[in-house]
Formats: sequence, structure tokens, C-alpha cells
Amino acid sequence: MYEILNNIFGNQAVAWIIAAALPLFVFILPFALFAVWLERKVSAHMQDRLGPMRVGWHGVLQTIADILKLIQKEDIIPAEADKKLFNLAPILVFAGSYAAFAAIPFSSKYIGSNAEVGIFYIIAVSSFVVAGILMGGWASNNKYALLGAMRSAAQIVSYEIPSAIVILTMVMLTGTLSLDKFSQIQTAYFWNWFILGGPGDGLTKFLLIPFMIIGFTILYISTLAEVNRTPFDIPEAESELVAGYHTEYSGMKFAMFFLAEYGNMFAVSAVITLLFFGGYQSPFGYLGNSFNIPWLVPIEQVFWFTFKGIIFVFVQMWLRWTLPRLRVDQLMHVCWKFLIPYSFVNLIIVGIITLFR
Amino acid sequence: MNGLKQYFKDTWLGIWTVLVGMKVTFKHLFVPAVTIQYPDVRVKLPERARNRLYVNMDDCIGCDQCARACPVSCIEIETVKAVPGEDLGTTSNGKKKALWVTKFDIDIAKCCYCQLCVFPCPTECIYMTDVYEFSEYERQNLVYKFATLTEAEVEEKKKNFEKFTAEKEAQKAAARQNSSASATAKAKAEQKPEQPKTE
Repeated sequence: MYEILNNIFGNQAVAWIIAAALPLFVFILPFALFAVWLERKVSAHMQDRLGPMRVGWHGVLQTIADILKLIQKEDIIPAEADKKLFNLAPILVFAGSYAAFAAIPFSSKYIGSNAEVGIFYIIAVSSFVVAGILMGGWASNNKYALLGAMRSAAQIVSYEIPSAIVILTMVMLTGTLSLDKFSQIQTAYFWNWFILGGPGDGLTKFLLIPFMIIGFTILYISTLAEVNRTPFDIPEAESELVAGYHTEYSGMKFAMFFLAEYGNMFAVSAVITLLFFGGYQSPFGYLGNSFNIPWLVPIEQVFWFTFKGIIFVFVQMWLRWTLPRLRVDQLMHVCWKFLIPYSFVNLIIVGIITLFR
Repeated sequence: MNGLKQYFKDTWLGIWTVLVGMKVTFKHLFVPAVTIQYPDVRVKLPERARNRLYVNMDDCIGCDQCARACPVSCIEIETVKAVPGEDLGTTSNGKKKALWVTKFDIDIAKCCYCQLCVFPCPTECIYMTDVYEFSEYERQNLVYKFATLTEAEVEEKKKNFEKFTAEKEAQKAAARQNSSASATAKAKAEQKPEQPKTE
């Protein structure tokens, strides 16, 4: 992408800025606006309510109105807060979730950075969020914020282990860390997706299926915990901790935490899509290929990628309105006593199967 | 070995119960909403719903029975008697009005919506309406004034009545003076012959 922009503008600095700002304005902001609206509608309909109905058709413009309100709000910094860290924390959290988008391939033609270590990079930068949350909780000088931040740190650090092991399993299976290659391996039909054993045929493909499903389930649960969503939302447990680590934040800084949360939701859904559900590949082949219109293929890929991502975001919301919040000890119990052993065993079994491929 | 069996059982149960819950919530996604779009759509009120009070002043005879029935004293009524010659008309059920209602205030903020004021009304002029949206920024605005007379008219009626009573008093006083004068005269006349008796 950067090369194309560099060719268009003939100026490296301009190309850099545009390439860096593009995912934010083209994707993350509209997605966050849409996802907040979707969340409210999904929650409302699951509880037999209607949700926002006033602003625009079925309230589609509700979140835009909310953002306008948040922009106008006073930026309150508590007198006893550590001002530097307090101001830095939301930026850091947002930067963490934003940086993950750099390595996500939306289509074969648009990848922020086609790094060879894409998935490794995503694991690394998404842990960045922990530092931001801990910083915000500590700098707020508020017991609820601090408790929320501590819980969040404990949770994210613990749940990174099973998710990293599952990702390791997939890396072992494919022999690549590049997310673009992950997508290319799972060529354009759904039976080539890794959830259905990956490309190729033979016994190993069918042997892999149950272990892929286990791996997917573990990864889904642990990434759900990493983005602090219900049933793992104990860092911001409303009934216990007011709002958790962002208790003291208001206005745009709060909006940045919010944006980061929804950005992260999509980022982890994208990782799951890339690892198990064919990445940007269409499940049924491309219209562009069958009608011989080459430029249509990348557009279809963007569509399928966002579609799959939004499906997983929807499932995250669905789970949120289904399950109650876990207790802290239950949370650790699930992670250390169930997810980690299962993911280890899964890793070993998939390794053995890989030997006979 | 038993522990391991239990472990797998627990895992399966954990996943299974989550899926059961998800099935329930997914079904509810397609259940029509039970809520309504309130200001646009309203639920029909029950027939005997008790909401804001209203007084039809055309029928009010100023009998004060509603004010006396009120358990929270939110109705304040002041009346002035009509002087002879003034025609106040009749109520819709044919009762003749005899009092000018100079003040009929209901403090809705105090009202407890018990409807006890409605039953004693002889002309059925105070009743509950179906209006339930009447919030105000100032509590003072919740005092509803039903009296139809203007201040000037109230003053006039009061003056009329005072004049009338004053006249009446004067007449009475005159009559009393007359009668007392005659009475004293009588008494004196009666006393005179008696006096020597006692002496």
C-alpha cells in the first residue's frame, strides 16, 4: 500500500502519513461506530427490547450523535491523578489496538505491512494494551480503577498463554508467521479452511478437524478474555468496580478507550478469521475470477474479510448477552486448569499429525 | 482416572451449557420486542386508571366535600355566598348553585391519586382524567387553579357579599334596636309598678 501511495504522491512523508491514517479513518472509526450500534441493537433484541430507534433509521446514527456528545464534554483530570501517565494511558491503549491493524491483510492487495512475522507482531503489540490499562488505572489514583487495572493485567497476561500456544500450533502446521501467507494457503474454497483441516486431502485432513475445532474454541475463548469482554469483563465489572480502569476518564479519553475496545474486538476476530476461517478468501470462489474482472477480486476479498470479522464480533456480542461474568478465581481456573492443558495436548497431537502429512 | 473422567465431563458440560444459553438468546433475537416506542405509541390505560384530577367548574357548587374527603389536603376551596338577585345558574343535573367559587386550587404535587374526592361530589364535577404527563420545572406550577372567576370578579363578589351582610347587619341591628327599645320600654313599664312593691 505504501508503495502505491508513494508512486501516486511521489513524496515519502505524505505516503507514510496517508498509509498510517488510512486504516483508522477508513476502517476502525466506521467499524467502531457500527459495532457500538450493533452491540446495542443485539443486546436490545436479545432482551426483547428495541434499542436506539430515534436517530436515523433504527438508530443507525446514534453512535455519531454519541461521539459528538463525547467530543463536547469537559476533559476532567482528577486533581490527585498523575497527569502525565493519566493523559498517556488512553493513547497507549488505542495505539496498541491500532498497531495490530498494520499487519492484518484485508485483501491480497491491501496490507498495511506485509511483514514476515505478522502474527508474532500482533501478539506483541496487543500485549501493549496491558501497559496502557495498568498505567491508566494507576494514574487515576482511584481504588476501583487500580483494582480493575490489576485484574486486567492478570487476565490478559494469563490468557495470552493459551492463545499463543494455539497460534503456535497453527504456525507449526503451516510453517509461516506471515498472515498473508496464512490466507493464501487456505485457497478460495471453504473446505480449504483450517477449521476443516486445511488444504489438501487424505486422512490427515480429516484427522485434523477435531483438533482444529478444539484449537479454535480455545483461541476464541482466550482472545475474548484478552479484549476484556463478558464473560471475562472483570476488569470493568460495573457491579463491583464502577467502570474499572476507566472510571476516572471522561470525554474523548474515555472515547479512546472505547474505540480501542471495539478495535481490539475486530482485531482478534480478524486473527481468528486468518488462522481458521480462510482469512480474506471467499468461501465460494470469486465473482471476479468467474467473470474475468481481475480488479473485482480484491474488493470481494475486503468484503469477505470484514464479513467474517463482523460475524465473530457478533458472536462476541452474543456471548456477552448470554453469559454472566466469571469470578476472578473462576477466570484463573478456566485459563490455567482447562485452556492451557488442552492447548498443550492439542499442540502435541497436531504436531504428531503434522509429522505424517 | 475417575478425576480425569470428571475433568472431561466438566469441560464438556462447560461448553454444552454455553451453547444451550446461546440458543436461548439467539431465539430471543427474533422475538418481537415487548417494549413500545413510548411517546409515539402508548399503552391503553385501564378503564379505572387514576391520573390527573380535573374539575368541571360549570357543575361545581362549591360544597367543599371533596376538600374534606382529601386525605392529604391538596384541595383548597374558598367560596362566597351569592347575594339575592344574582343568578348563578344550575348544574347539569339541575342543582341550583348558591355559592361563588372564588378559589379552587388542587396541588397535584401533593395529590396521592386515591380518588376519594371523586365519590362525595354531588354533581360529579371532579373526576380523574387519563392525562399522566404533566411534569414541570417549578413545583409551583403543579398547583392547578380551577376557579373561573377573575381576581376583579372575586373582589366584586366579596364586596357585594360584604355589602349585603353589612346591610343585613344594619337591618338586624336596627330591628334589634327597635325591638330592644320596645323591650326595655316594656320592661320599664313593667318594672315601674313593681318597684314600689319591693320597696
